[in-house]
Amino acid sequence: MQDENARRVISVIVVNEASVLSRITDLFSGRGYNITSLTVAPIPESRYSRLTIVTSGSIRVIEQITKQLHKLIPVLKVYEHADLVEKEMTLIKFPVSENITDIATLCAAYNGKIVNVGENIIIVMVADEPKRVDNFLKIINKYNPKEIVRSGAVALER
Amino acid sequence: MQISGAQMVIEALIAEGVDTVFGYPGGAIMNVYDEIYKQNSFKHILTRHEQAAVHAAEGYSKASGKVGVAMITSGPGFTNAVTGLADAYMDSIPLVVISGQVPMSLIGTDAFQEIDAVGISRSCTKHNYLVTDAKDLARVLKEAFYIAASGRPGPVHVDIPKDVTAQIAEFNYSFELDLETYKPHVKGNPRQIKKAMEAIAKARRPLFYLGGGIVNSNAAYEVRELVHKTGIPAVETFMARGVLSHDDELLISMLGMHGSYAANMAMSETDLVIGLGARFDDRVTGKISEFAKNAGVIHVDIDPASISKLVIADYPIVGDVKNVVNEMLEQSALINPVKYASWRETIRNFDELHPLAYHEDTDRLKPQWVIQRVGELLGDSANISTDVGQHQMWSAQFYPFTRPRQFISSGGLGTMGFGFPAAMGVKVASPEKISINFTGDGSILMNCQELMTAVEKKIPVINIILNNNYLGMVRQWQTLFYDKRHSETDLSVQPDFVKLAEAFGGIGYRVTTKAEFDVALKESVEKNIVSFIDVVVERLENVMPMVPAGGSLFNMMLLEKKEKK
Repeated sequence: MQDENARRVISVIVVNEASVLSRITDLFSGRGYNITSLTVAPIPESRYSRLTIVTSGSIRVIEQITKQLHKLIPVLKVYEHADLVEKEMTLIKFPVSENITDIATLCAAYNGKIVNVGENIIIVMVADEPKRVDNFLKIINKYNPKEIVRSGAVALER
Repeated sequence: MQISGAQMVIEALIAEGVDTVFGYPGGAIMNVYDEIYKQNSFKHILTRHEQAAVHAAEGYSKASGKVGVAMITSGPGFTNAVTGLADAYMDSIPLVVISGQVPMSLIGTDAFQEIDAVGISRSCTKHNYLVTDAKDLARVLKEAFYIAASGRPGPVHVDIPKDVTAQIAEFNYSFELDLETYKPHVKGNPRQIKKAMEAIAKARRPLFYLGGGIVNSNAAYEVRELVHKTGIPAVETFMARGVLSHDDELLISMLGMHGSYAANMAMSETDLVIGLGARFDDRVTGKISEFAKNAGVIHVDIDPASISKLVIADYPIVGDVKNVVNEMLEQSALINPVKYASWRETIRNFDELHPLAYHEDTDRLKPQWVIQRVGELLGDSANISTDVGQHQMWSAQFYPFTRPRQFISSGGLGTMGFGFPAAMGVKVASPEKISINFTGDGSILMNCQELMTAVEKKIPVINIILNNNYLGMVRQWQTLFYDKRHSETDLSVQPDFVKLAEAFGGIGYRVTTKAEFDVALKESVEKNIVSFIDVVVERLENVMPMVPAGGSLFNMMLLEKKEKK
């Protein structure tokens, strides 16, 4: 059985123009689809931007989402990824009083490091698959993270 | 050439061959209206409400097949027009709606009559634009007309700030559009078409399911040929009324919530649905899991998102119905019409068992009689618009439609107040036909101010009010499903419709008998002035058959059998 609410990653190439992001998000809210995360940035040296949307739903729902996205006039391409490389960056703030050596070692295991050290806090970053980021956040919970910022996933087809 | 943004709008409309603009001026669109004053290439029809301007443009578009154009000002002018945009969006009607906006420097300051128009219209248009530089106007307007009319048609909204219409810039409209991100798929996949034709040849009880896309694609006459060559019976959706002529032996009638018994039973018994430009709307399918349960599905549609949205298609074909049907016609030799003789017989039996009918068992006129009578008297010579409610369903059931674009009604959005302004647009588009608006005593009061437009511009719409002193359709549901609690649907208090029409300079009749009705209709046609015919009809008549919301198509409430008087 197909999982009714399986996680899916969709990439959308759009013309980089005013209100194009609203068109995408309006479509999701208007038709009752979820957005777990959404990232967007211009594609270098082109008039396009690329969005990576993490959503969930059955195959039929995802098929509808991709078709509806395609109908939007400024949308050039829509990919629903099957085989992809996916990464997400996360910043976490810890009190300096925590065990910094442990934290730094853990970060390294998740493609990360300490990126800022202040009087009272340190900031670390990790960049890994979203699932591994989940895992990392679970582990570091005992070091009393003060703030966590996740970037949302970006993905490329293999 | 160097001209102002406002002049560009005029030049673009002329280049697009626009002959009529429906609209209402106001502060932010005044520069454009100043240019309208100076030109003679197209006529402008001043409606008395922005909503009516858009509905009139819809009626014009539906009757003519051309892009309808409406023009409005910012703020309330625009918000009044939103219902029209949404209506056109739901029924895939090509429109270009141009609105004024406050000057660029004031956008975002909560200026007088400022509203985020493109933010509001985004979800009820096919596309929209906020033009921030007059240099973009030629491209935007050209794209707007192209996008509105191509692919699955729809309304396009262009919002132009006042300073942009004043700005002088270079204008050139003779260039080729290149829309890299918008390329409608019009040609059906030949392999899929072949597979579909083979499936039809194999089927024992195939059924054409004809939708409004056929009208949009101007494919009705090709579809008629395909139906006749294959001998396969057909049901029409509400939006497809007139694709087949009412007297076509292969037409079973309309299906759906108020479809005929035979049409709904045929759809329930078929083993292959051949959907052409229809979108399996919930008012058509009833309970979706029971819809055409044992049938394969061929679905031809220009909008890929319509295919397998609600009912999974075994043979999806993305393409323009006209192209696809033409290809199907080339292969129609595959199909032997004789094979379906017993299937046609089965359907005939359904129809004999429970034909579309009503009982003339009350002193008051029956609304269905009125519609049939207009059909007898005017038939093909009239275009029929409707408002929304019981009268709308009776019109779809009982008017003898003979051609596509004869029936103009608000299907998807179900907009009360649509009928009268739409019928004006219809009359402007095809003046040689009589323009009838079947309406109710509820609907007509939404947009009755258009009497003024119709009088001023001499647009002789005949509004036939089927007056039962109720919001009839809601009353029907209350009677059937809310234990007769008629909450806020009794319209016993109402205006004198005759005086109302006369107050604007139109003519009015109040009718209680068949003879009076005939006279009123005859005089309305002859006098050629906008009219109200207020017909007192049976108060508690229900639209039957009826599939209760969410019920299976084959579980219909039916007209009670009675001895005919």
